[in-house]
Amino acid sequence: MAKRIDVSDLNVYYGKFHAVENVNMTIEPRSVTAFIGSSGCGKTTFLRTLNRMHEVTPGASVTGKVMLDDIDIYDPSVDPVAVRREIGMVFQRANPFPTMSIYDNVLAGAKLNNQRISKRRADEIVERSLRDANLWDEVKNRLNKPGAGLSGGQQQRLCIARATAVEPAVLLMDEPCSALDPISTLAIEDLISKLKENYTIVIVTHNMQQAARVSDRTAFFNVEDTGKPGKLIEIGDTNKIFTKPDKKETENYITGRFG
Amino acid sequence: MTTATENTATGAAGDGPPLRTASMHTRTLPGWFPPVLLVACAAVVSGALFALGSFHPASATVLTALVYLIAIVVASAVVENGRKATDRLVTGIVYCCFVLAMVPLVSLLTTVVVNGVRRFDLYFLSVSMNGVIPSMDAGGVYHAIVGTLVITGIATAISVPVGLLTAIYVVEYGRGRLKAAITFFVDVMTGIPSIVAGLFVVALWIMIFGPGQTNGLAGAISLSVLMIPVVVRSSEEMLRLVPADLREASYALGVPKWLTIVKVVLPTAVAGLTTGIMLALARVIGETAPLILTAGTSSTRINANPAEGQMMSLPVFIYQQVRAMGSSGDAGVFSEERAWAAALTLILVVMLLFLAARLVSRFFSPKLGR
Repeated sequence: MAKRIDVSDLNVYYGKFHAVENVNMTIEPRSVTAFIGSSGCGKTTFLRTLNRMHEVTPGASVTGKVMLDDIDIYDPSVDPVAVRREIGMVFQRANPFPTMSIYDNVLAGAKLNNQRISKRRADEIVERSLRDANLWDEVKNRLNKPGAGLSGGQQQRLCIARATAVEPAVLLMDEPCSALDPISTLAIEDLISKLKENYTIVIVTHNMQQAARVSDRTAFFNVEDTGKPGKLIEIGDTNKIFTKPDKKETENYITGRFG
Repeated sequence: MTTATENTATGAAGDGPPLRTASMHTRTLPGWFPPVLLVACAAVVSGALFALGSFHPASATVLTALVYLIAIVVASAVVENGRKATDRLVTGIVYCCFVLAMVPLVSLLTTVVVNGVRRFDLYFLSVSMNGVIPSMDAGGVYHAIVGTLVITGIATAISVPVGLLTAIYVVEYGRGRLKAAITFFVDVMTGIPSIVAGLFVVALWIMIFGPGQTNGLAGAISLSVLMIPVVVRSSEEMLRLVPADLREASYALGVPKWLTIVKVVLPTAVAGLTTGIMLALARVIGETAPLILTAGTSSTRINANPAEGQMMSLPVFIYQQVRAMGSSGDAGVFSEERAWAAALTLILVVMLLFLAARLVSRFFSPKLGR
C-alpha cells in the first residue's frame, strides 16, 4: 500500500518567480519524513508539488520528475485527480466540510466522487478511519452531528480520518498541529506513529521537537534571502540531522542560532 | 529589550515623566436619565408650540430631537466628561437617522394596507377584469396574479441558470481577458434602464415575428435581461465567500473540479445564493415599463399561456387602474380602490416569496450545532 517517492531535479515556479530550486530526494515507504526550515523557504510549496496540489494556484509550474514507485506523476498522460487519490493531504487549518455530518465528512472521498458503497461497507470505513484517527470514542454517539461543531483538535483528527478513508498510498501533512493545543498535538503525533505502519508520511513542521519525536528522516530547507529560491540543504536520518548534521547551516538552524 | 523599565514610579520629582494622577472613575448619568430627558423635552417643546398656537406633530418631533441632542450633550459635558458627551451626541444622531429611515417604510406599508384592505378579499383575488365596465363595482386581480407569476417564473427560469453558470465561470474558471470582459459587461448590464430592456425585446419580436406580436414570453425575456446581471453579481460574491480551504480539501481527496463545485462549493453557498436570487426576483417583479411595452396593458381575461396574446401583470394592473382614476363618478373611486388592493397583493406576493427563500436557506445552509 505504502509507496516510495523519488524526486529528481525538481524546480517550482510561481509565474516567473523561482520558488524552489533543484530538489533531489527519496521518501521511503512506511516511514515519516519531516520537512523543517524557516518560513518562506519552500517547504509547503514543495510538499504541494508531491500531489500536484500546487496546480490549483494560478501561474504555478514545475520542472523535473516525481516518481511514485514507477510512475512519473508529471507525465502528460497522468491525471492530477488520479494522483491525488493516491497521495492524500492534511492541511494546516482543519477544514471539515460544513454542509456534512461527521459521518459524511469521513466518507467525503467516496461521496463526492459519486461512488456507490453499501451501508455496511460505509459503516466499516467510518469506524475504521475514526479509530485510526483516535476519534471514534469521542464521536461515536454523534456521528450525524455537523463536523464543524467539533473542537479544533477533533476537527483536525476528523480531517485525518477523511484523508485515510480513501486509503491513499502516501499522506502529506502540512503543519497539521500548528493550530492545536499540546494535548491534541500529542494525540496527532501518536496517530502519525501508528499510521506509518501502513502509509508513507510526509510532514511539514515548524516545531523541531515534533520533527525529532515523530520522524524517521528529516529534510532541512533554507532560503538565502527573500526573492531567492528555496533549496534543500540536506536530508538524512533524523538522529543524524539533529546530532551531527553535515552542513553548517543545518547545525545553525537546529541549535537556534538563526531562524 | 533588557533595559530597566521601572524608573518612572520611583524616580525623584522632575527626572521622570510626570505621573498621571487622574482618577479612572468618572461620574455617570444614571440609566433612566436619557429617556426621562427625552420625555421632558417633548413635553416642553409641545407646550411651547401650543402656547404659540402652531403645534404640528412633524415640527414638534424635529424640534424635540434637536432640543434633546443639545440638552443631553450639555448634561453629559457637565456631569461626565468630553468623550462621553461626544458619545451621547453620536448615539443620539444614530437613533435619529434610524427613525428617519423607518418613517417612509412604515408610512408606505400602513398607507398600502389601510387603503388596500378596503377591496382586498377573496372575491378580488379570485376574479379577473373580463367583462367589467368602468362603472361596475366588480372585477379583480386574478388574471394579473397569474400573469405576474407566469412572467416572473419564466424570467427566473431563464436568469438563474444563465446567471449562476456565469458566476461559476467567473469565480472558478475565468482567467484573463474573457473574465475581465464578462465582469465589465455584467456591470454595464446592471445599469440598463428597464424601459430599454423592454424596447430591446420589442425590437427583437418585430424582427422575428413581425409587428404587434408581443406576448407574455416577450415580457419574461425583457425581465430576464434585467435579472441576469443582478443574479451574476450576487452569486459571484457568494461563491467568493466559500473558503479556498474547502476546495483544496476536496481536491486532495481526488475529487474532480466540477464535482467539487457541484457538491462542495454550491451547497456551502446555498443560503447566500437563494437570498441573492430572491433579491433579483423582488427587483423585477415590480417592473412596469418593460411589461407595458411587451406584455401589454389591455388584457382583462385570464391568460396563462405566455406564447399567446397580451398578459396582465400586477404592476401594469396598478398602472392601468391609476390611469383610470380620473374617470367620472364611481368609476374613478373603484379604480383607485382596485389599484391600492393590487399594490397590497403585490407586496404580499413578494413577502411570501421571501418567506419561502428564508425557509429554503435555513433548511439547506451549513449547520453549526454540536
